[in-house]
Amino acid sequence: MMQNKWFNILVPVISVFIGLLAGALIMLSFGYNPIQGYIALFKGAFGDLYFFGETIRQTTPYILTGLAIAFAFRVGLFNIGAEGQVIVGWLAAVWIGSTVDAPIYIHLPLALLAAAIAGALWGFIPGLLKAGLGVHEVIVTIMLNYVALYSSNAIIRNVLTENADKTDMIAPTASLASEWLENLTYFSRMHYGIFIALVAALVMWFMIERTKLGFELKSVGYNKHASKYAGMSVKRNIILAMLISGLFAGLAGSMEGLGTYGNMTVSSGFSNIGFDGIAVALLGANNAFGVVLAAFLFGALKVGALNMPTQAGVPNELVDIIIALIIFFVASSYLIRWIILRFKREGK
Amino acid sequence: MSFMELLQAVIPTALFYSAPLIFTALGGVFSERSGVVNIGLEGLMVMGAFVGIVFNLTFSDVFGSWTPWISILAAMIVGAIFAIIHAVASVTFYADQVVSGVAINFLALGIGIFLTKQWYDKGQTDMVSQPFYTTDIPILADIPFLGRIFFQGIYPTSYVAILFAFIAWYMLYKTPFGLRLRAVGEHPMAADTNGINVYKMRYIAVIISGAMGGLGGAVFALTIALNFSHATIVGQGFMALAAVIFGKWHPLGAMGAALFFGFAQSLSVIGGGIPLLADVPQVFLLIAPYVLTILALAGFIGRAEAPKANGVPYIKGNR
Repeated sequence: MMQNKWFNILVPVISVFIGLLAGALIMLSFGYNPIQGYIALFKGAFGDLYFFGETIRQTTPYILTGLAIAFAFRVGLFNIGAEGQVIVGWLAAVWIGSTVDAPIYIHLPLALLAAAIAGALWGFIPGLLKAGLGVHEVIVTIMLNYVALYSSNAIIRNVLTENADKTDMIAPTASLASEWLENLTYFSRMHYGIFIALVAALVMWFMIERTKLGFELKSVGYNKHASKYAGMSVKRNIILAMLISGLFAGLAGSMEGLGTYGNMTVSSGFSNIGFDGIAVALLGANNAFGVVLAAFLFGALKVGALNMPTQAGVPNELVDIIIALIIFFVASSYLIRWIILRFKREGK
Repeated sequence: MSFMELLQAVIPTALFYSAPLIFTALGGVFSERSGVVNIGLEGLMVMGAFVGIVFNLTFSDVFGSWTPWISILAAMIVGAIFAIIHAVASVTFYADQVVSGVAINFLALGIGIFLTKQWYDKGQTDMVSQPFYTTDIPILADIPFLGRIFFQGIYPTSYVAILFAFIAWYMLYKTPFGLRLRAVGEHPMAADTNGINVYKMRYIAVIISGAMGGLGGAVFALTIALNFSHATIVGQGFMALAAVIFGKWHPLGAMGAALFFGFAQSLSVIGGGIPLLADVPQVFLLIAPYVLTILALAGFIGRAEAPKANGVPYIKGNR
């Protein structure tokens, strides 16, 4: 047991290390100086308060999508549809934010609630199909990602605007933007959402570790048959898990809609916040605290990468390669375990 | 627009859009029939599109009008090699196959754009000078009525794709190799006890899927996109995956599904000119393939059964 815990921490750390090492090798092989490259990355993420604010801004939705995917993983479900849930959440938040007229203490919670409900509904569909008909959630959620993307584009064009490419800005009463945080960080786009994300992480931890619901969800994740035998409703738990997972992802969408951008633009592709959340959840070992740390790491990598082309001449896509490699190594944890055990045996 | 003109507009466009999907979906069938889920089809297509375009741009002076054909061959080879990463992770290291596939998608796009910026100093390549062109198929084009719809102004790759589907069907259902591959995906332990090397079969299947995905991506790039950027392949790989499932993991079924999805795409492109469809909002045509796949999975359009061991790593000695 002790050894398992040790491995759970060691595997992500080693994976990140190997990923960064591979990034350095790539830079070397293309004639860049990896030390300069990584200094540029570090400066781009933490160089001054502005960059730090941007890193936190990027971390905010990552925490929420990471939690969404980690939550589903705990129940043995793979919610690859966080991307679609982010989109519908974003749309719902902007919809309420730009059309409703209300004081801030009603408007903002209402917009957040709309995003959460939209995301939860988008997660409910695959949950229901999985529980009721045994349809694999991975495929359904992938398909729903595209349905979300194209439908929300159509809604922006035809319902929210008259053939425009972006919605109106949300009313200030629905905005998460904060002058205080912006001034503090030299006018970065950092917003109050980070506090919502951190509270969500606490809620997830509490729900999973301290409530009866969490116990049942984990139990279903470990062994469906045993849980059923113990009198739990497997179907109900699967649906609930997808619903809550979608809720987190929907909130992540509202962070972009109400915090960072304040509107929504017609898009031909995905924002990747949901897909990056998969990496966050994996690296965070599906644990609420781990997810926050992993989200911070990926937020820093993504924001810092933007500084690499200007300061070190390295294309910022290098970071995407590094992130992909980190996912590989975490997924292939069998390899890392095997290597560690090998070394131990030889040490004796 | 007469009925004849309508067919002449719709069918070549449908064939044109479905060719890349057919190739990639066939790759998906091989991989998933052997028990390895391949979410990475999208990434394999990205890789194929990237290689196809770069090869075409680099060697168009050397190979002249043969360039597009040699480009797709190069894309197949690189796609096959690239897929080995997925095979190593999911077969040898028992990684979660979905996760590994997601990583393939990230990695392909990262590498593609990184190298594009490295080699061309901008986020997208130039347009290729030697893409595929439409041709009339000799003799067949002269058939009255049918010739005009099916064989005039057609991309040759569309027919290669359909031919490949039949070859794939023959390989999977009429040869010992195909039987072994399917056995490995249904019941790897039984296959193992009968002396079939499960790991080897799965490696071969994933590598074939890489070659086909690369081919699909390159064909897409050299017929439709004509350059490479981050927006060249956006979802075609996942649509091919949908075709695999909608086609019930059967090569000909996958081809049929891909043709149908290509048809839906072509309608969303030229739908405005068709009297009945002009009133249907475009979004319904765009989401149709995805919604239909969900309905098919849910059993509303015939039950789609996955290979039994699909997605389960085979660990020798485990029960």
